Amino acid sequence: MMATREAVAGVVFDVQPERRRLKGQIFLWACFAATCVAVVLLAVLLVDILRQGATRLSVDFLNSYPSRFPERAGIKSALFGTMWTVAFTGLISFPLGVGAAIYLEEYAPRNWLTRVLETNIANLAGVPSIVYGVLGLAVFVRAMSLGRSVLAGAATLALLILPIVIISSQEAIRAVPPSIREAGYGVGATKWQTLQHLVLPIAFPGVLTGMILALSRAIGETAPLIMIGALTFIAFTPNTPLDEFTVLPIQIFNWTARPQAGFHELAAAGIIVLLVALLSMNALAIILRNRLRKEI
Amino acid sequence: MADAATSSAVAQTGRHTLALSAARRWKERGVRSALFACGAVSILTTVGIVLVLLWESVGFFREVSAWEFFTGTKWTPLFKPQNFGVLPLVAGSLLVAVGASIIALPVGLASAIYLAEYAPSRARKILKPILEILAGIPTVVYGYFALTFITPLIRQIFPGTGVFNAASAAIVVGVMIVPMVASLSEDALHAVPRSLREASYGLGATKFETVTRVVVPAALSGIVASFILAISRAIGETMAVTLAAGATPKLTFNPLESIQTMTAYVVQVSLGDTPFGTIEYRTIFAVGLLLFIITLSMNIASRFILRRFREVYE
Repeated sequence: MMATREAVAGVVFDVQPERRRLKGQIFLWACFAATCVAVVLLAVLLVDILRQGATRLSVDFLNSYPSRFPERAGIKSALFGTMWTVAFTGLISFPLGVGAAIYLEEYAPRNWLTRVLETNIANLAGVPSIVYGVLGLAVFVRAMSLGRSVLAGAATLALLILPIVIISSQEAIRAVPPSIREAGYGVGATKWQTLQHLVLPIAFPGVLTGMILALSRAIGETAPLIMIGALTFIAFTPNTPLDEFTVLPIQIFNWTARPQAGFHELAAAGIIVLLVALLSMNALAIILRNRLRKEI
Repeated sequence: MADAATSSAVAQTGRHTLALSAARRWKERGVRSALFACGAVSILTTVGIVLVLLWESVGFFREVSAWEFFTGTKWTPLFKPQNFGVLPLVAGSLLVAVGASIIALPVGLASAIYLAEYAPSRARKILKPILEILAGIPTVVYGYFALTFITPLIRQIFPGTGVFNAASAAIVVGVMIVPMVASLSEDALHAVPRSLREASYGLGATKFETVTRVVVPAALSGIVASFILAISRAIGETMAVTLAAGATPKLTFNPLESIQTMTAYVVQVSLGDTPFGTIEYRTIFAVGLLLFIITLSMNIASRFILRRFREVYE
């Protein structure tokens, strides 16, 4: 009989093929099971929330203001507050983010300043959202005296999602082939004319996809808005960007934090609305991405 | 020849015949400056964060000694007698982060290995979007899930556990960071060239041996970087821990007790009506500064490892 273990160059090989194959099978199934953990948890989470919240979903729920009585409470002010906030977050972060991305991709020279910019953006992407809340509280609410307004909240969220907008726009711009730019220069266009008329229109669907995904992050943010004091009990919808407001995640947080089961059901119903909004934004982004793929 | 014509035009007028008009040149320069200004906003954000945190923290440390802050074991700034020892909050954040890592690092890495090495493309097409959805679920939803699903489960297994406990928070934060570990580690595994795998098969190794002894070690820098980023994310996570872990700063390593993390404390203060300019108000900046420094150094460490220890092929 040959030895069942052989040493080659110091490494011990187990030559028993069945045992080695069995080990591999066990490992494969362990990895598969780990991946399934994520799937199962997502399913459990969704079922739990649907079971709790579905009974509360109604037109009245969408169309009522918050109340001390769970059976009368609704998310009208939170829904409007979320729409106002997301709209202004988009208005602020879109030009800043896309502008920065164009600069970094098309203009920035390879020097220390550019490296500082890029490192800085990567670092900002990892800053906890609550720290942005502290910044918003000190700068927008206090120093700029915007108060606890939609504008202060939107500005805070805009800074929060700026790194995502910049990085995804950079990718979209980078994906435009250099030949397009060369064609522009070839017919005598300036750099900005080339960008404005050739590169950016091609990059636009990609930029928009990134923008939608970034806004879907902003929609779910709670902590920074609590920091700047987006109130939890608001029985009106904002009329100007300087009005006070509340948003869906804060309303959900408020209801979840209460001990009564009735409010937990409301929170679940609110979560369903929030998740539907998020999933439709993601679906829109995926549709845009696929249309872009077909065209090039 | 066109070349000769243009170069003689340049010689005569000092300007290229195709040169831009002054107005156009100014416009080009203006556009460039405006775009640079957009980029500079990100620098201003960082400067703003640092200045705001430092400014208010300086005010805080005028009244509370750094020694008390960093070594004190009691944190009770909101009621008398006030104590300003931040250790209980740091311990709370660590407890949650460690618990979350015990769940997320193995599960995330195993998912990454499955997706990168084993999964047939049909399974990948289903699993990857599911991970993306998990990553996109707002943290307040995880907080709800912790409080209404995980906590009752824990209380059934360990009767006597309170409504608020660190374990429940750690579990959902773990779930929350699995997608991050999985997708970043998968990228690292993908970057390992085929030739290494084929060399390993050529030596008679099985797939399992190839994956565990060749591919994973080759991708180790990327995997470790993803671990550090995920832990930093767990430390900075706010809403789930605020809802599930409670509001009792405590120096404990028992996950079944109620604790408070750094982030949850900041939320607690801003939910109350603490007047501006008081020492209680300034605590959130001191805690915020500490949180910022911890997460920033972890992010920098992660990127350093990625760059410094990356195996470069071809």
